[in-house]
Amino acid sequence: MVYLLRSLVPAVRHALVSGAALPVVMAGMALAQEAPAIPGSDSTADHSKFEILQKDFASGPEVTEACLSCHTEADDQVMHSIHFEWEYEHPETGQLLGKRNVVNAFCGAVAGNEPRCTSCHAGYGWDNMRESSAQAQATPDCLVCHDRTGQYTKTATGAGHPPLAPVPEGTKTITGKKAKPVDLTEVAQNVGKTRRENCGNCHFYGGGGDNVKHGDLSSVLYDPERSVDVHMSPEGEDFTCSSCHVADQHQWPGSRYNVMAADTEGTGKPGERRRVATCQSCHGNTPHPAGLKGMKLNDHADTLACQTCHIPEFARGGVATKTVWDWSTATRMKEDGSPIVESDYTERDGDHRHTFMSKKGTFEWAEYAEPVYEWFNGQVEYNTADRKIDPDKRVEINPIHGSPDAPDSRIWPFKRMQGSQPYDSGRNELVYTHVWGPETDTALWTNFDWEKAIEAGMAAAGEEYSGEFGFVDTYMYWPITHMVAPAEEALDCKACHAEGGRMEEITGVNMPGRAPFGTAGIFGLLMVLATAGGVVVHALFRIFASRSKGGHHG
Amino acid sequence: MAKRSVKVYPRFERFWHWTQMALIFVLLFTGLAITGLHGGLDFGPAVIGHIIAALALIVLWVFAIFWHLTTGTWKHYVPTRDGLGRVVRFYVWGIFRGEHHPYRKAYWRKHNPLQSIAYLLLKVVLFPAIWITGLIALGWNLWETVPGATAWAQVVTNIHLLAAFAIAAFVIAHVYLLTVGHSFREHVRPMITGFDTIDLTAEEEAYLEADEPGRIKPRASS
Repeated sequence: MVYLLRSLVPAVRHALVSGAALPVVMAGMALAQEAPAIPGSDSTADHSKFEILQKDFASGPEVTEACLSCHTEADDQVMHSIHFEWEYEHPETGQLLGKRNVVNAFCGAVAGNEPRCTSCHAGYGWDNMRESSAQAQATPDCLVCHDRTGQYTKTATGAGHPPLAPVPEGTKTITGKKAKPVDLTEVAQNVGKTRRENCGNCHFYGGGGDNVKHGDLSSVLYDPERSVDVHMSPEGEDFTCSSCHVADQHQWPGSRYNVMAADTEGTGKPGERRRVATCQSCHGNTPHPAGLKGMKLNDHADTLACQTCHIPEFARGGVATKTVWDWSTATRMKEDGSPIVESDYTERDGDHRHTFMSKKGTFEWAEYAEPVYEWFNGQVEYNTADRKIDPDKRVEINPIHGSPDAPDSRIWPFKRMQGSQPYDSGRNELVYTHVWGPETDTALWTNFDWEKAIEAGMAAAGEEYSGEFGFVDTYMYWPITHMVAPAEEALDCKACHAEGGRMEEITGVNMPGRAPFGTAGIFGLLMVLATAGGVVVHALFRIFASRSKGGHHG
Repeated sequence: MAKRSVKVYPRFERFWHWTQMALIFVLLFTGLAITGLHGGLDFGPAVIGHIIAALALIVLWVFAIFWHLTTGTWKHYVPTRDGLGRVVRFYVWGIFRGEHHPYRKAYWRKHNPLQSIAYLLLKVVLFPAIWITGLIALGWNLWETVPGATAWAQVVTNIHLLAAFAIAAFVIAHVYLLTVGHSFREHVRPMITGFDTIDLTAEEEAYLEADEPGRIKPRASS
C-alpha cells in the first residue's frame, strides 16, 4: 500500500502539472458515449478567439500589451523574476550576482555587449547594463516562453526583439540559424504552456553556441534518446523542462547560484513542494529498490548527490561542450592581417566546432566527458570584477562552497571550465571586455585590439581600469544535473571504489577500495607473508632434518 | 591403555567447522576484493557477498556459542600451562629430530595446550574484533553524525582489516600444522567422520562402551 502511494505521488504530480490528466479523462468519456469532442487541448482558453489578438502586431511589446489586458499581473511577476532582472542577491553571502553582475570564463560579461547578450533576455530592448532592466524600460517578452507554433525566435543581436518582415539579409537567430520573419499574430493566437523548445532555444545555447556553457544542456534534449536523458526522452518520461522546474508566479526553482545541494525532505505530501526541482522531490530520499543492494545505495544518499552516480558523463548524445577557452591567443592573425578561423573538432553528430578564432582565441571541446567531483553545499560565490585576484594562481571564477563535515553538503559532479582570460594587471581585478560591436572601433571581434576593447568594456561597466592588462588562468564550475541516464547506466560502484577511481581527490570520506595498500593493508599483508614464510622455512627444516637423519615419522 | 576409534567431533561441531571454513574463504575473497587487493570480483557484488556471508557466519556463531555453553565443550578451550612448554619445544626443535608429538589426545580434551590457546585467542579476540568492527561499519549510517565519524570509521576499518589478515595467517598456520605428525589426510579425516584414534584408559574405555556406545567403534577384529 505504501509502495503504491509512493509510486503514485510523482505520477499524479506530473499529470497535474503538465495537464496530462485532462486528455485521459476526455478520452475515457469519448469512448463511453460518443459525445461531441470537448474543445480545448490543455487549456480552458482558445487564444485564437480573443478579439484583442485579431490584429497585425508591429512589434513584440505590442503583443505583450495585448496579453496584459487579460493576464493583468503577469508583467509584474515576470519583472520580478531572474529571467527578466538578470540580477540575484545571494541570501547567504549577500553578493549581487546574475548575468548583469558576474564575469564568466566565456565571453566575459554582458556590459559593453548588450544587444548581442540581451538577445536572450526575456524582454525587449535592454541595451544598457548600467541600468536595471526595469530602469531601461525593457518590456517582458511573453512569447519567447509561451509560443506553441515553434516559429517565434529572437535575432542574435537585437536586444531581445524577434525578426520581423522585412528581415535584413544576414540576420541570425539566437540559435545561430538564418532568421525568418515571425508572424506575431499567429504566434499570439497560439500561446500555451511552455515546451522544451521555449526554454532550450536560450538555455541550450548559453555561451553563444550549442552546449557551449553548461555541458548538460544541449540541443540534443529537443529529442534525446533514452540513454541520454531518461526524463526528457520520448521513450522515457517525455518531460518538458517545467515538469521539474515547476513555475509559480513566474518564479522557477533550480538556481545555479544557490543550489539545493542536499534535499532531505523527499517528496512531501501530494501537492506540496512545487518550489524545488530536486530529484528527491519526486523520487524521495530512499529511491533504490528494497533489498540489500538498495539499502547500501540508499546509504550513499547522505554523502552523494543523486547526479553523481546517475549522470556518469555529460555532453552526451552528439553535441560537444566547450571545456577550454584561452583568450590569450586571440588577435593572432594570418600573415596578411586577416582573421583566422579553424574548426578542427568534429562532433559525433558530424558538426565541426571552432578550435581557433582570431577574435576569440583557442578552444577545446569534450563529449561524454567525465565530471570533476567536489563537496558542495549549493553556495556559489563569484569573483566579480570588484574583487582582488592573485594572478600567480589559477583564479576560480565561481568558488563553490561545501565541506565533508557539513550536513548540507554532498559530493556533486561538475563541468570544470578551464579559461585564460584578461585581467587588469595594475589593479589585479578581472575586467569587462567590449567584444561585440560591429559598428564600434573598439570591439575586440571587429578591431582585434585588446587595449581598446578592455578600456571600452570597463567604461561601459562603469569600472576603473589601470590601463594595463594580462591574462590569468581560471576555472569555472558548472554543476551537472541534467542528462540523467537510465538506472541501468548509472555509475558502477567500482568507478569510485577503486584505486585511481573518480573520487580519488575527494577528502573526508572513508571509502573502501580506494587505497588497497594503506597502513593496515600493508601491515596485514606483511603478517600473512611472515606466517607463510615461517611455515615454508619450518617445512624446509623438517624436510632437511628428515633426509639427513633418514628418520620418518609415520 | 588401548587405541580405540572414538567420536571426538559431533555432527554439529563438524557442520560448524566446515561451514565456517567455507564462509571464511568467501569473506576473505570478497573482503580482499573490497579492499582492492584483487580484481577477481567487482566491488558491488563483493560487498553484497561479503555482507551475506558475514551475516550467515554471525548466525552460525550464535548457534555455536549456544552449543559450546550447553554441551560443556567450552572446557576444551580453557587454557593450561601444563605441557605447553613441551609442545612449543617440539615445534621448534623436536620435530626436526623425528621426535613424536608430546601431546596425547584425550576424548574429553582434544586440543593440545598450544592449540587450545590459539583457538581461544581466535574465538575471544580475532572473531569478535572482526564481527564487531564489521557490524559497526555496516551500521555506518546510524552513527555517521558522531563528531569525527570519518576518522573513527578509518579506525574501525583498520581493525577489521588487521583482524582479517590475522585470521588469514591463522588459516595458513592451521592448514600447515595438519601436516605435522600424522599425514594430512589422517588429520583431516576426524573432522569429516567425527572419529579419531584415541588412547583410552581402561576406565574410559569401559565408560564409553557402557554409557556412550555411539561414541566408540567396536574393537577392530585383528
